[in-house]
Amino acid sequence: MTDTDARSFRNAAALKRLKGRRAADARFKFYGRLAIVVALAALAMLLVSVGTQAFSAATHHVVRYDIELDPARIAPDGASAPEDISRNVEGFYGLARDSLLETFPEANTIPAQRLLLAKTLTRLAVLPAAREVAARPELIGNAYTLTAPLNHDLDLFLKGRGAGEMRVEIGSIAAAKADADGEVTLTGPDAFKAVVTRLASLRAEMGPAADTLSVLVTSGRSTGRLSDITANTARLDLLTGDAADFEQSRPAGRIFRLAESERNVSDQQIAWVLALKDLGRVSRVANTGLLTQTDSTYPELAGGLAAIVGSLLTMLITAFVAVPIGVLAAVYLEEFAPKNRVTDLIEVNINNLAAVPSIVFGLLGAALFLNFLDMPRSAPLVGGLVLALLTFPVVIIASRAALKAVPPSIRAGALAVGASKMQIVFHHVVPLAAPGILTGAILGMARALGETAPLLLIGMVAFVGDVPRSPLDESTVLPVQIFSWSNNAERAWEPMTAALIVILLVLLLLMNSLVVFLRSKFERRW
Amino acid sequence: MDGTQQAGGPDVLGDGQPGDAGTTLGFPRIDCRNVNVYYGETRAIHDVSMTFPDRAVTALIGPSGCGKSTFLRCLNRMNDTIDSCRVEGEILMDGDNINDRDVDPVLLRSRVGMVFQKPNPFPKSIFDNIAYGPRIHGFANGREDLDNIVEKSLRRAGLWDEVKDRLSAPGTSLSGGQQQRLCIARAIAVSPEVILMDEPCSALDPVATARIEELIDELRKRYCIVIVTHSMQQAARVSQRTAFFHLGNLVEMGDTDQIFTNPREKRTEDYITGRYG
Amino acid sequence: MSDHIVSAYSDELERITADIVRMGGIVAEMIEDSCRAVSTNDIEMAKAVVARDGGVDTIEAEIERQIVSVVARRQPMAHDLRLILSALKVAGELERIGDLSKNIGKRAQKLDDAVSPEMRNGIMRMAKPVKRQLNNVLDSYASGSADIAKDVWASDDEIDQHYNSLFREMLTYFMEDPRTIGVGAHMLFMAKNLERIGDHCTNIAEFVYFQATGDYLSTMERPKLQQL
Repeated sequence: MTDTDARSFRNAAALKRLKGRRAADARFKFYGRLAIVVALAALAMLLVSVGTQAFSAATHHVVRYDIELDPARIAPDGASAPEDISRNVEGFYGLARDSLLETFPEANTIPAQRLLLAKTLTRLAVLPAAREVAARPELIGNAYTLTAPLNHDLDLFLKGRGAGEMRVEIGSIAAAKADADGEVTLTGPDAFKAVVTRLASLRAEMGPAADTLSVLVTSGRSTGRLSDITANTARLDLLTGDAADFEQSRPAGRIFRLAESERNVSDQQIAWVLALKDLGRVSRVANTGLLTQTDSTYPELAGGLAAIVGSLLTMLITAFVAVPIGVLAAVYLEEFAPKNRVTDLIEVNINNLAAVPSIVFGLLGAALFLNFLDMPRSAPLVGGLVLALLTFPVVIIASRAALKAVPPSIRAGALAVGASKMQIVFHHVVPLAAPGILTGAILGMARALGETAPLLLIGMVAFVGDVPRSPLDESTVLPVQIFSWSNNAERAWEPMTAALIVILLVLLLLMNSLVVFLRSKFERRW
Repeated sequence: MDGTQQAGGPDVLGDGQPGDAGTTLGFPRIDCRNVNVYYGETRAIHDVSMTFPDRAVTALIGPSGCGKSTFLRCLNRMNDTIDSCRVEGEILMDGDNINDRDVDPVLLRSRVGMVFQKPNPFPKSIFDNIAYGPRIHGFANGREDLDNIVEKSLRRAGLWDEVKDRLSAPGTSLSGGQQQRLCIARAIAVSPEVILMDEPCSALDPVATARIEELIDELRKRYCIVIVTHSMQQAARVSQRTAFFHLGNLVEMGDTDQIFTNPREKRTEDYITGRYG
Repeated sequence: MSDHIVSAYSDELERITADIVRMGGIVAEMIEDSCRAVSTNDIEMAKAVVARDGGVDTIEAEIERQIVSVVARRQPMAHDLRLILSALKVAGELERIGDLSKNIGKRAQKLDDAVSPEMRNGIMRMAKPVKRQLNNVLDSYASGSADIAKDVWASDDEIDQHYNSLFREMLTYFMEDPRTIGVGAHMLFMAKNLERIGDHCTNIAEFVYFQATGDYLSTMERPKLQQL
């Protein structure tokens, strides 16, 4: 092979080597794309799982109660002052419960049924109504429409969760005959064929356990539980309503895959809710309580307002402490401090401080602020101070980086026209570094906003029923609230937690957008 | 001059000075005697003694690292900002040693302006770029006065006609050559007696360079100008006096004509003719 | 002097110098040959001298072209600048010397047998110091020696003396035999040409001196033989 062949564009050996190199390029590109896909998939999964959960918590069911505001019950003698009325849960609750009993008189006879029916309405859910009436005493004695959230288990049931509900088709009913003891026999040609088939397949699938499953047949406001069935006839235990509703109807059939004992809602409750729905007293509305209510033992009444306000107060304290301290420290270290071993040591330690696990700051805060300085527990003040400790190394590091990035030519230019050190720093360097400093500060704050561990240690995990009014009030913050809610047993907390997570993410997103906005607005090129 | 100088205000731009220096050089504006500069233990400048005549351009030439920029920065005490840097010897300006403890570098720098290699306008408006110096030194009595100073400085820097309609535009929006003239205007605005230029054209294209050189020639009639340059052609074009530095020593100082046609020292000759040093 | 960092620059300067020295050699031969043609009444040789002048002009043009190129591309400074400037001027002087030699050659063809050998020998006698001066000054140019150049510049008077004596000699011939006036005038012009060549040599010496030292010889007082 001659020299020119070796240098040719079509030299075989060279082309082979080239192929290997191209393949390596392609492999690397593929790995990079794979990594991005994995990361995006993880993000998408997070967003989808949290998002769908949160979406179900975004709306909830409320029930309307048309009541007469009887002065004797809501404003009895000696307790008729507005503040008494606003706290008279028992009076309003009693009126609402009576309205339910009026709708479902069959429950009145059996105490256990009475209690079960009363569970439809959570006692504390009447508080907003009580407050409204207290504020407008002229309403007393008149008709009033009380709207309160449905019990969380029933709410979940209506959202199609928690009971394993399956719809089955039922044909036209020719006749409905009421028997003794509240039993109803429905007849219709092949009306129950589908039900029988479905039950047969369930039996094949689940074995004898299928016999214990409930089948509810609903027509209008009347619902009965199936006790005996053939293709043409069915006998129902009437749970609510009467036999006349089934006459000449096409009722809806529901089979529940979960046995009654395994559900949080009984057949009877389901029957009542379906009846209320049929009466048009149940409606699905946006769950504004998430943003306007405070924490509660009942998921349908709980909201994140206290945590949001607590978080904002805490952030305010953090911002007012960490940003000035951090920025001033950074300006001093970067612009004024002599470069020697002491400042080197300080720099190393600031970097170390930024790497200290956050829970350690919690311990420090508990020891210093609570035990030594005797500050109030669970207060945004203390939380803010602890988070400030956590944040200001980040602020210092970011600010120093921003100050370092200011080109020396600007300093030299200012120096050459006779500016003093202070004038150089505050007329030229700091304004130029401001976007970077702000970015660092906001990112540090965003980190603080998401911190949970240190706040647990200073008692911000306590149950807080009231919106904090000052940094000294008891309070909690969003991430801690999320942590507490996720520990609760009831299934209804799951979507609520997810909703709170979404609120936290939105706040973080807002802060990050602020960073982007400030950068694009104030960043200057030189 | 347009005679808008306000009565009572300081004659900040030195308008009272006669215009043309002609070919004769002015009196020595700066007199350096046995100047030594140390960076830590390293001696960067060895016993340099030279004078800088008023109303003339003195060029400092020499290979990289020869100490010419260091020496230039001694003249307005920019070296103060470097911790390890120490200046010995006398640099006399009007009989005062500028390195004396009781000479404030801030005041010194209002009398000795400086222009840098890379145009470094402040990221502010054109107006504020010029007005910054007079403001911090308190040279202007009110807005009108400030407007006058800005206009005069820009006129002297040959930039007025190009920017008079957009004084509020950012200084960084100008072209490289305009930015450098803006920096010169900024230096002029505090009415210095001396203007130091550290390779003012090294970042500019030939046309912008020619404009700056024309400007330097114009400014020579009023100021003592010291320019450090790597371009010997530039030194030859703009200066009246040339000093050649090598390894921290002042090798030769003389009239530019003489240095570039008939240098006395072999090291100078080798450097300016491009031979092995 | 050490080499330039850009070696091509040194090569270009050396080539200019070499071309000038070569041109000087040709011109020196032209003087020699033209004067020999006069003294031996060799018409062919005189014609050959005239023909060679075109070559000298070509070399001069080539040197000028090189100089323009170096100035444009290298911006010579200091010694290089002086070298370039003096090369330009020396080339011009040499070209003038070539013209004067050609003129001698032309006039040599106009002489006839009426001119006595004594008259012819006068020219040859005068040509000797002229050639010496030219050779010396070319040596000084090639070596860059200011001393030799200064010597050449100082010894121009000898040629003037020769010219004056030749002039007086011619006058006696004219008075003895007025018929010789026609050719004698040619002889006088030739002598005048040689005297002019001597002047050009001192000019070259001045440029060599300027190139070597940066100073101007012409501002100094030239020693005059009469004053010695």
